[in-house]
Amino acid sequence: MDLRLIDKQLWSRSVLLKLRAQEEECLPEIFPGQFVQVRVDGSPTTYLRRPISVYYVDQAKQELWLLVQMVGDGTRTLSETAIGALINVMLPLGRPFSMPENPAAKLMLIGGGVGIAPLLYLGKVLKDNGFQPQFLLGARKASDLTQLDLYEEFGEVYVTTEDGSLGEKGFVTQHSVLANQPDMIYCCGPKPMMMAVARYAKEHDVFCELSLENTMACGLGACLCCVEDTKEGHQCVCQEGPVFNLNQLKW
Amino acid sequence: MVDTRVNLKGLSLRNPVLTASGTFGYGEEFADFVDFSKIGGIIVKGTTIHHREGNPYPRMAETPSGMLNAVGLQNKGAAYFAEKIYPRIADMDTNVLVNVSGSTIEDYVACAEIIQSLDKIPAIELNVSCPNVKQGGMAFGVTTDGISKVVEAVRKVYHKHLMVKLSPNVTSIADIAKAAEASGADSVSLINTLMGMAIDAEKRRPKLSTVTGGLSGACVKPVALRMVWQVSKAVQIPIIGLGGISSATDAIEFLLAGASAIEIGTANFIDPAISQKVAAGIEAYCERHGIASVRELTGALITD
Repeated sequence: MDLRLIDKQLWSRSVLLKLRAQEEECLPEIFPGQFVQVRVDGSPTTYLRRPISVYYVDQAKQELWLLVQMVGDGTRTLSETAIGALINVMLPLGRPFSMPENPAAKLMLIGGGVGIAPLLYLGKVLKDNGFQPQFLLGARKASDLTQLDLYEEFGEVYVTTEDGSLGEKGFVTQHSVLANQPDMIYCCGPKPMMMAVARYAKEHDVFCELSLENTMACGLGACLCCVEDTKEGHQCVCQEGPVFNLNQLKW
Repeated sequence: MVDTRVNLKGLSLRNPVLTASGTFGYGEEFADFVDFSKIGGIIVKGTTIHHREGNPYPRMAETPSGMLNAVGLQNKGAAYFAEKIYPRIADMDTNVLVNVSGSTIEDYVACAEIIQSLDKIPAIELNVSCPNVKQGGMAFGVTTDGISKVVEAVRKVYHKHLMVKLSPNVTSIADIAKAAEASGADSVSLINTLMGMAIDAEKRRPKLSTVTGGLSGACVKPVALRMVWQVSKAVQIPIIGLGGISSATDAIEFLLAGASAIEIGTANFIDPAISQKVAAGIEAYCERHGIASVRELTGALITD
C-alpha cells in the first residue's frame, strides 16, 4: 500500500519516517517484530525493496513509524523523501515476537544500534497488555541512541555505550542489571551482540527470542535468499522469522 | 476484444504471461497480490528428485538494476512436492508448471516421471541451466551434446509439454536451442541467469558464499532480448522469453523479438502484483494498436 510521509526526523546515521495511511485506507493489524518492505524510488543503484522493522504503530492515528539506519544509497534516498510524498510498502511481513503467558514475568528487551527499533513497539504492546517490560539498549556512543524518552514511557531503560558517553561503559551483556536474571529476553541488534545475548540466555537458561536481519530479496518466502541455517535446516528469515526462539537456532 | 490466448505446442495459456521459477515460490506466497485467473500460468520452484538444502548464506547480492543469487535449488524433493504441495496448488485457477532439475540424467528422468503422474501439471520446464549447483544443472545446458542427452532421456518418459530452459552462459545459444529442438523439446525458455560475481572491497571477500552466482533483473534484459531474437531465427518450436521483464512494454519487446510467451522473474520481488499488471498491459497495447490477437506480435519486429 502507499503511505504518506507526514513527518521525519534526521540524525547523523538514522532517520525516523512517520507514515500515515491515506484517508480511504486502513493499516492492517501489525504485531511487534513484524517488518515492512519499502520500495525505494529514484535511486538507480537500488533495485530491491528495503526490509525495515516496525518502530511504532498508532492505530488511532493510522500511523506507522520506521526508524531507518542509513547504510547505503537505498536508505539514504529513502531519508531524502519529501514530506507529503507517498512511500510504497508491503506489510505486515514475518512472524512477530510471542507474548508472555505469566503476567509477572520479568521481561528484558535488549537492543543494539538500530536494532532497538522493533523493541519500542514491542514495549508498547507489552505494556498495553499489562506486562512490565524493561529495556537494555546499547550503542557505540550516546548520539547513536535516539529517542530514549519514547522507551521510558513503556518501561525502565538501562543503557550501555562502548565509549561510556551514556549509561554504563561496555556491551549490553556486561550491564549490571543482568546480574538480576530476567525470565524472558527479547533481542534485536547486530549479530555479534545478539550472539553474546544468546550465550547469556543459554548460560542462565532464560527464554530468548531474537530478531534476525539476513539480507532479503522478496520478503515473502519465495526467493529463499535470506535463509538462516536452523536446527530444522535452511529457513527463510522473512517468513519463518524474523523472530526466532533461541532453541530453533544453531547459535 | 483482444484474443490474448496463446498455444505452445499443446499447452494453452489464457495469456502469454508466466511467472519464472524461483521467483514466485509455489504461488501461494503471492495469493494476496495476484488474481491467478488473470495470468497464463506459474512455474514453481526448481524441483529435484531428492531434498536439497541449497547453498550456505549469504545467497544474494544486490547489483545495479539487478541481483545475484546463489540459492542452489533448495527444495524438499519431488515426492514431497507431489504429496504435500501439489494438493494445495493443483486447483489454482491457472496453469501450474514445475521446473525440474537434477545432478544426473537419471535424476532428471526420475523427477520428470513423478511430476508426469500429477494430472493437473500440464508441462515441465527442464532446468539445464542453473549456475548454482556443483554437478549437473548448467553443465548439461552449455554443450549441444549435454543438452541432447538430457532432453532425449526425459523426452522418452515425459509425454506432456516439455519446455527446456536455456543458459545464456554459452557461445552460441542458437546451437544449444537447435539441439534441444532436435532432441524433442516442445518449447525453449530463455534466459536463465547470467554467471556473475560481487565483491565486498572493504572486507576483501566475495558477497556470495559460493563466490559466483546468477545475475537477474532489469540489467540482463538487453542480453536476453538479443538471445530470444537469435534463437527465433534458429528453431521452429515456440520460445518463452524471460530476463529482466518489469513492464508490459518489456514483455511486448520479447514477443516482437520472437517469443510466444514470456516469464516474469525478479520483478516479482519489487512489485508482487507485476505479473497481472503485465498481462493487462499487453492487452491494452493490442487494443491501442488495433491488434486482434496477441499471437500476431510474435516475431513481428520490423527490421527493414
